[in-house]
Amino acid sequence: MLKVEGLNVYYGAIHALHDVSFEVKKGEIVTLIGANGAGKTTILHTVSGLVRAKSGKVSFLDKDITTTEAHNILKMGLAHVPEGRRVFSQMSVQENLMMGAYARKDKAGIAEDMEMVYTRFPRLRERYRQMAGTLSGGEQQMLATGRALMSRPSLLMMDEPSMGLSPILVSEVFEIIKAINASGTTVLLVEQNAAMALSIATRAYVLETGRITKEGSADALMHDDDVRRAYLG
Amino acid sequence: MKPATFLITFINGLQLGSVYALIALGYTMVYGIVKLINFAHGDILMVGSYVVLFMLTTVFAAQTLLAKIIAVAAAIIFCVVLGIVIDRVAYTPLRSAPRISALITAIGVSLALQIIAQLIFGSEQIKFPAVIINETIFKIGKKPVKSLPIITCIVSVVLMLLLNLFVNKTKPGRAMRAVSEDMGAAKLMGINVNNTISLTFAIGCSLAAVGSVFYAQKVGYVKPLMGSLPGIKAFIAAVFGGIGSIPGAVLGGFVIGMLETFVNYFASEYVDAVVYGLLIVVLLVRPAGILGKPMREKV
Repeated sequence: MLKVEGLNVYYGAIHALHDVSFEVKKGEIVTLIGANGAGKTTILHTVSGLVRAKSGKVSFLDKDITTTEAHNILKMGLAHVPEGRRVFSQMSVQENLMMGAYARKDKAGIAEDMEMVYTRFPRLRERYRQMAGTLSGGEQQMLATGRALMSRPSLLMMDEPSMGLSPILVSEVFEIIKAINASGTTVLLVEQNAAMALSIATRAYVLETGRITKEGSADALMHDDDVRRAYLG
Repeated sequence: MKPATFLITFINGLQLGSVYALIALGYTMVYGIVKLINFAHGDILMVGSYVVLFMLTTVFAAQTLLAKIIAVAAAIIFCVVLGIVIDRVAYTPLRSAPRISALITAIGVSLALQIIAQLIFGSEQIKFPAVIINETIFKIGKKPVKSLPIITCIVSVVLMLLLNLFVNKTKPGRAMRAVSEDMGAAKLMGINVNNTISLTFAIGCSLAAVGSVFYAQKVGYVKPLMGSLPGIKAFIAAVFGGIGSIPGAVLGGFVIGMLETFVNYFASEYVDAVVYGLLIVVLLVRPAGILGKPMREKV
């Protein structure tokens, strides 16, 4: 479904990604794990069109999207929950969800998905008129996720959904990701919390200073000695 | 100050305030979305009044009501197109450049517009025709209340209410707010950011074009440098209210207009000193402006 081949990305003179290649197949939860600064967020930004690659190729549903503009990539069915949630803090919860459906025109479908999001996240329904900036971190993560679901994506990319959340909320967030995947959405998950990510993923890639150093089934990586030492403590 | 004089001065203050508010909205909306002080915005006002003048003196033989309506519509369309072209040609290529580059470019665009106007129309001031009826409606004591200030206020307030509805209740309005809050996240929602920025310039310039008619008729003439002073005053109004904030620009416009009119009544030579003084005080006491939110720089 998503295929990344030989991706090289630079920030000025800094070579952030070195020949990164990976693949996400339909129905999977694929996770990219790695330390802070390894380039995980850069990968997602490049895939969704916020950052341009120097070389390499990104294809989604067999179409080359390497130079496609971000707003058109979203329309193809690829949604991105960015690091730090980035909800629109000056807008209400409801307006944020409507922003998620910005590219859609099917009113009935939007209303249906709004209902689906509110059912999945009852807290958001309770607070639908509240400014998003006044929500707690966990609620903002739910809102950012719900907002992404409003575009009815076939692939959902999530960047550090557990960041800054209490352990209870972290497990809740991962349950939600599993549920989203079970209802038919493919997931690409970027996480520092490698143990949690591997526990729900189908396959995983390990990223170190801009290079993919290991890949395999989540199960295999969870029992890999190097991975255990470096990321699972 | 007699009550009648006070009321007349108050109405004049509202009139000037409306014009400043219309221009200040353009500054504040553009700043809100691309973080650029568009110093060429005052000159859009100048361009708008020249278009009206050109239509009513060169294109149409008689200044009929229809001719006036077409002239104002032409000014709005011309300014909208000009604003979008300026953004695409001068500002878009600098979107990821340091802010100071875009600021200097804006000053350059401002000078360019002034010089082009001088080349086409000469540098002398030219009498501006009466576009809006300016008859005495009623009298307060012996002082006449004219229709121009009243029409200026009503039209401006209606436009501001429409803008408020647009920004808060429509889909493109929400897109504008989204881009202004977080451009990257807005892209991830499927918003075409460049189109949204063009729309913002278009709205700002159309308000300036309407303001240009009111302003040119109030002062009675047009000249190539006429946009500078109201441009600066409207910029101060936007900063006073909190740049980036739409209600702030309206508040600032009316405060500056009112202040200027009253100071002008008592001591006309101090008008600019008081207005600039107010700017200094606001920047010292509350740099984010009266209705602005203190902003942290994004890292």
